[in-house]
Amino acid sequence: MLSDHETQELGRAIEEIWEIGRRLGLDPFPTHFEVVPAAIMYEFGAYGLPGRFSHWTHGKAYHQMKMMYDYGLSKIYELVINTNPCYGFLMETNSMVQNKLVIAHVMGHCDFFKNNVYFGHTSRQMIETASVNADRIRSYEFDHGEREVEEFLDAVLAIQEHIDPHVHLRQPPTDNGDERGRRRRQPEGPYDDLWKLEERGKPAPSEEERGRRRLPEQSEKDILGFLMAHAPELEEWQRDVIGIVREEMLYFLPQMQTKIMNEGWASFWHARILRELELTDDEYVEFSQLNAGVLSPSPSKRSINPYYVGIKVWEDILRRWDNPTEEERRLLGREPNQGLAKIFEVRELENDVSFLRNYLTADLVEELDLYVYELQDDEWVIVEKDWEKTRDMLVQSMTNMGYPVLHVEDGDYRGNRELYLRHAFEGRELDIAYAEKAMQHVYKLWGRAVHLETVVDNEPVLMTYDGHENSARTLT
Amino acid sequence: MPEAISRNDWSLHRKGPADQQRHKEKIRDAIKKNLQHIVSEESIILSDGKKILKVPIRSLEEYKFRFDPRKHKNVGQGQGGSKVGDVIGQQASGDAGQGQGEAGTAPGMDYYEADVTLEELAALIFEDLTLPNLQEKKQQRLEAEGIRFKDIRRNGILTNLDKKRTIRENIKRNAARGDARFKDLRQDDLRFKTWEPDVRQESNAVVIAMMDVSGSMGDFEKYIARSFYFWMVRFLRTKYNNVDIVFISHHTEAKLVSEEEFFTKGESGGTKASSAYRLALDLIREKYSPNEWNIYPFHFSDGDNQLTDNELCVELVNQLMAQSNLFGYGEIKEYRCAHSSTLMSAFSKIQDPKFVGVTIEDKKDVYSALRKFFSPREVPASAE
Repeated sequence: MLSDHETQELGRAIEEIWEIGRRLGLDPFPTHFEVVPAAIMYEFGAYGLPGRFSHWTHGKAYHQMKMMYDYGLSKIYELVINTNPCYGFLMETNSMVQNKLVIAHVMGHCDFFKNNVYFGHTSRQMIETASVNADRIRSYEFDHGEREVEEFLDAVLAIQEHIDPHVHLRQPPTDNGDERGRRRRQPEGPYDDLWKLEERGKPAPSEEERGRRRLPEQSEKDILGFLMAHAPELEEWQRDVIGIVREEMLYFLPQMQTKIMNEGWASFWHARILRELELTDDEYVEFSQLNAGVLSPSPSKRSINPYYVGIKVWEDILRRWDNPTEEERRLLGREPNQGLAKIFEVRELENDVSFLRNYLTADLVEELDLYVYELQDDEWVIVEKDWEKTRDMLVQSMTNMGYPVLHVEDGDYRGNRELYLRHAFEGRELDIAYAEKAMQHVYKLWGRAVHLETVVDNEPVLMTYDGHENSARTLT
Repeated sequence: MPEAISRNDWSLHRKGPADQQRHKEKIRDAIKKNLQHIVSEESIILSDGKKILKVPIRSLEEYKFRFDPRKHKNVGQGQGGSKVGDVIGQQASGDAGQGQGEAGTAPGMDYYEADVTLEELAALIFEDLTLPNLQEKKQQRLEAEGIRFKDIRRNGILTNLDKKRTIRENIKRNAARGDARFKDLRQDDLRFKTWEPDVRQESNAVVIAMMDVSGSMGDFEKYIARSFYFWMVRFLRTKYNNVDIVFISHHTEAKLVSEEEFFTKGESGGTKASSAYRLALDLIREKYSPNEWNIYPFHFSDGDNQLTDNELCVELVNQLMAQSNLFGYGEIKEYRCAHSSTLMSAFSKIQDPKFVGVTIEDKKDVYSALRKFFSPREVPASAE
């Protein structure tokens, strides 16, 4: 437990760090820090948000994280929530230097949350929302039984990544098909009811007319949203559960889309700020060791360390815009000493995909020792070191957060309200065993046969789950 | 300033542990559903002395639409100086039995591995099983009578004074008045050890494991027998203090062998099961008196017994049953039709409820065989 003296010292450190950060140009939300025990830290880490709904998958993640911590294999130092005000959590057992580093790191994240355009649409009251959501799910458990709700959540969570990150950019629908979307988009003004006069007296479209219309009108990437609105046999509470998962995923999505940028940004700033703090020699050594730990290649060799890759790209941008080459000055008209302005611009406008595509250079790929690998027989082998191919592969692997893109093509397939999904195939095949199980989950939500068009061994294939068994046939 | 720091009391917060508990329950349920596969899992049967077992559980993986991890390229990061052609890792073998796979990284290995102790697993397997015909009273005996100091009291005889505790009490009392020293000893401070006679009751069980090692018994048959005995001994240990197991292998003649020989050596020739039963009866007479031992003879065979021997076998089994708690006969027949004239059909005449016969055709039958042998049932008390 932290002594009052240490709490006061932390308070002073926050003040000092905030002052330095602001002077350097950071513009975070106001931030509330809380010192918590390790178990709570790991719980928030596993759930993504404090107070989020209960599910065994969260318990599994919690157990795994806590076990890694108990065995000394890994440690979360920092946890920050994108809300206004932001919440930063400090672990009770952190040393003072660790906490100072975490505070500076959190400041970087809060600045990113506030200013990066992809976060512009995220709810900033998500802690309250998540806890209200959790209460609703709890009440459904009372009404319908824990197992019933759990199994339904199993199915929804299986496809939770299949939402549309750009859902807020959509044109308002021209019919009354997407009532929910429209209501959220535009608050009704005092005179808006005038428009409705026109519709007065018109008969509602008959069942037949509606039946003939294509559902969805265009390919629909937001599978959760589609199921919520159109699944034929769901009860109201079930639609609400889908809505909850979808809402929370839309909130988490920008964090998944900017992992490298955001961690790199926070690491870049924690290093700068700590260098300006007055640290004793011992503290400085501890800080350097910590920092080196964060910024080292991932030990697995089959993944990348987002902190390390991120900070290197940021430092490189800063350097190249501070000291442009002769060529860059002449051809691009790049003035020297524009580094800081440039990185603030990039932090506002890019996400990981565009960040890497635009700023991961040949030199960086070499310095970071990035490569492409694949499985050959039973060994993972490096197959490519060319910087452009490596960069493109990295960008590709992040597209759609690394998940296959699926669209709803038809919600009335064969005139029988069966669901037809299409995998937007770009050269990477699905894990068929997993897809079969995932389709069983979708079936639970849709209530009727589910089809998925994909490519297996270079042949177009239609997979089907009809409620009893999985099957597949080649499409010609 | 808008930045603030706070602390709260989280001691009553239980969400993570509660959901973790639910995850554990799901693992338990999944194991129970899978017992018939797990019971004959090679990595468990052959895991001598290993405490924690990796049990593959297929139903707890979180299935999603994902790319085939074996088929697509990905980007990794080295420590510097990597070259095309460098091997950066091995794909763990797809054999679930090895228990070393990276769960969920490859198709066909889509399972979650739970860490379970052998005891937990045994408890699950035998949760609702009992020992039939447990003859408790007769087998109990006093093993040792000794003295154990178990309790501390304020009164006692001075030879049993617990000096350390007495001094501690004294200092505690003084410390309460602000002077934590040993001084000024009072009656109140004295603490005495008291003892109780230590009586332990011992119950013994012996498993007489008999197996046909004639030419017709192959690796599969031996493995099945081995799985069975593995769990059986573990089960009996939960019920008895002492469990002995003796191994008798036989073809036309029977002999006592070591465990290793029992499971590995094969011999050729015909089969006379009676030889094993006779040796078992000798053992009981010489070493394992039914007055002291719960006796569990079990015999595994492929059933190809000499026809002329069958009559004698039935006779000897009846004698064995008179002295045993249960007699088990397991007939293992992989890919063979069940109609041929076998030992099992000879035993079909036996009406004694102490006789349990099962036919095992597949690995997963081991679990049902265990359940059949140890399912709760009414056995009339023995005549003795």
